[in-house]
Amino acid sequence: MLSIKNLHASIEDKEILKGINLEVKAGEVHAIMGPNGAGKSTLASIVAGNENYEVSQGTIELEGEDISELAPEERAHKGVFLSFQYPVEIPGVSVTNFMRTAINESRKAKGLADMPANEMLKLIREKSELLEIDRKFLSRSLNQGFSGGEKKRNEIFQMAMLEPKLAILDETDSGLDIDALRIVANGVNKLKSKDNAVVVITHYQRLLEYIVPDFVHVLMDGKIVKSGGKELALELEEKGYDWIKAELV
Amino acid sequence: MDLKEKLVSSFMAFEERIDTSSALHDVRTNAIKNFENKGFPSKKEEAWKYTSLNAILKNDFSVFPKKENSVEFAEVKKYFLHEVDTYKVVFIDGKFSSFLSATTHEGIDVCLMSSALTKPKYKIVIDEYFNKIANKDETLTSLNTAFALEGAYINIPKNKIADKPIEIIYFTTGVEDALMVQPRNLVIVGENAHVQIIERHQSLNSNPVLTNSVTEIYAQKRAIVDYYKIQNDNLTANLIDNTYISQKQESRASVHTFSFGGNITRNNLNFYHFGEHIDSILKGITIIGEKQHVDHYTLVQHATPNCESHQNYKTIIGDSATGVFNGKIYVEKEAQKTNAFQQNNNILLSEKATINAKPQLEIFADDVKCSHGCTIGQLDESAMFYMQQRGIPKKEARALLMFAFCNEAIESIKIPELKHRITKIIASKLEVKLGFDL
Repeated sequence: MLSIKNLHASIEDKEILKGINLEVKAGEVHAIMGPNGAGKSTLASIVAGNENYEVSQGTIELEGEDISELAPEERAHKGVFLSFQYPVEIPGVSVTNFMRTAINESRKAKGLADMPANEMLKLIREKSELLEIDRKFLSRSLNQGFSGGEKKRNEIFQMAMLEPKLAILDETDSGLDIDALRIVANGVNKLKSKDNAVVVITHYQRLLEYIVPDFVHVLMDGKIVKSGGKELALELEEKGYDWIKAELV
Repeated sequence: MDLKEKLVSSFMAFEERIDTSSALHDVRTNAIKNFENKGFPSKKEEAWKYTSLNAILKNDFSVFPKKENSVEFAEVKKYFLHEVDTYKVVFIDGKFSSFLSATTHEGIDVCLMSSALTKPKYKIVIDEYFNKIANKDETLTSLNTAFALEGAYINIPKNKIADKPIEIIYFTTGVEDALMVQPRNLVIVGENAHVQIIERHQSLNSNPVLTNSVTEIYAQKRAIVDYYKIQNDNLTANLIDNTYISQKQESRASVHTFSFGGNITRNNLNFYHFGEHIDSILKGITIIGEKQHVDHYTLVQHATPNCESHQNYKTIIGDSATGVFNGKIYVEKEAQKTNAFQQNNNILLSEKATINAKPQLEIFADDVKCSHGCTIGQLDESAMFYMQQRGIPKKEARALLMFAFCNEAIESIKIPELKHRITKIIASKLEVKLGFDL
């Protein structure tokens, strides 16, 4: 599904990623953990195509195709989804209209006609129920005045609407209380299949109790320094990151 | 001979053509004297600091066209709100076009200023309202008053509701190499009466045009007036719009100004309050590029207690275009419990785009709520990335953001067909096909 090889990236001449290698296969859930400033969000942002970063070396392949030169929307059309750590507020655009535009632009890119209105409504109803989202919420301006939890839930709602092949969840658990965390995780689990993959970026093991990873990677100082199974997350929760640093020396 | 001299000397010729015995003669004579004293405004004056007329005044404008052009409806259909039935008062090169117009005297008067100014049955109304709220000191208003003859006359009597929107359209056809026109509109909306008016100035040719328009609007007790100005003219057309609105108690007047085109556009929009519980609404959307220049100069004069005013101006400027927003709220000592709000948000799309924004609040009452907010920025890059990540291409994402930015002033358009039309014009300005509606 996703294959990242020797990825180096910088912003304003400061190197943030220093040779990332990551293989994610269809049907898998990967967790990326690491201390603040390690480059986790940068990695997510670069895979999604954020043009603020300069990729100096390496490749990003999605299903065998190099996507590193593609615009963010082209990557989205190929099935890349990033749940933002800080979803952006867009006053004046309702959640529903935003989703309708996003879905129809994606269909247009694939040579398909607009989704019929009744089908769209049905899809919205189905997915909003999945994430226990009040219908009234959908006519509000996107993310404007939403609580932290509402924003995150709205991200997963959008993910459910768009049905991506590769979903990257960047700190989706931050700002969520335990009930919202359960709803969000439940939503993600229901969307998981053998044909798609999920990369969860998180500080804490908490979310991984609900979205159980097949692999856990530790990202430190721009590199993946350790990989393991789900038990690695527990170990990190218990011992912090210092022991890994010690191992590296 | 420069344009000022030409105008002053034309005034004598103009007077010979009209009835100099009427009371209007004195009004006109005083007005031309004021213009002769003051001339065209220059950048030295505070009110014209950011807008220079010098370049356009170099044109050798004809003041009275010698020839007449006719226009086929098919040629200009697109400028009308043709999806819906309307009253129409249409002028071609300053002259009334009965062919393109649809006027009425049934219950309401939607007709010609020239009739109202000359026919005896209108004399009482003209004596009471003509040139009363217009600022007699203002030089360009005086210039218009001196030559005031043609325009729309709208009188909605007490308790009447205009059953259709009224369109006032001024076409210019390039009949002269350069043409100056001075339309004069008078709108009287009686007690409990209601009217919706759309005004447009449209050049059909690339010959330079200078329009110096004056509109006086009187909203009586509890009257409702919704006035929409569509400014989407071509790059050789210049417009100076002077609009004066007098409001009595519990009346509600709104003016939407949509400025999308023209070379130099100056909107002088003035609201005056005469009574309590008045609501004044000023909304503007400006989207310009190339070397266009749009200047909004607004005044809300709060003179009475318990009144409200709401201003919301959104501007998007690209290329090397220039926008000006000068919004003045004046709250007199007697005007306690005033709620006056002003919002002016600007987006600059290029390095060479300019906005001069100057909110002015002068408050002499002590129990008021007044606020103003002014922002100048670029399109939010993080919002762009967010939308692109969801599959919306850059161009559409930009358009969606700009639409959202203007949305408030679009939403408040009360004529659905006009709302649709404005949305379409905005879409064409942003060069996108709408895959969404807001």
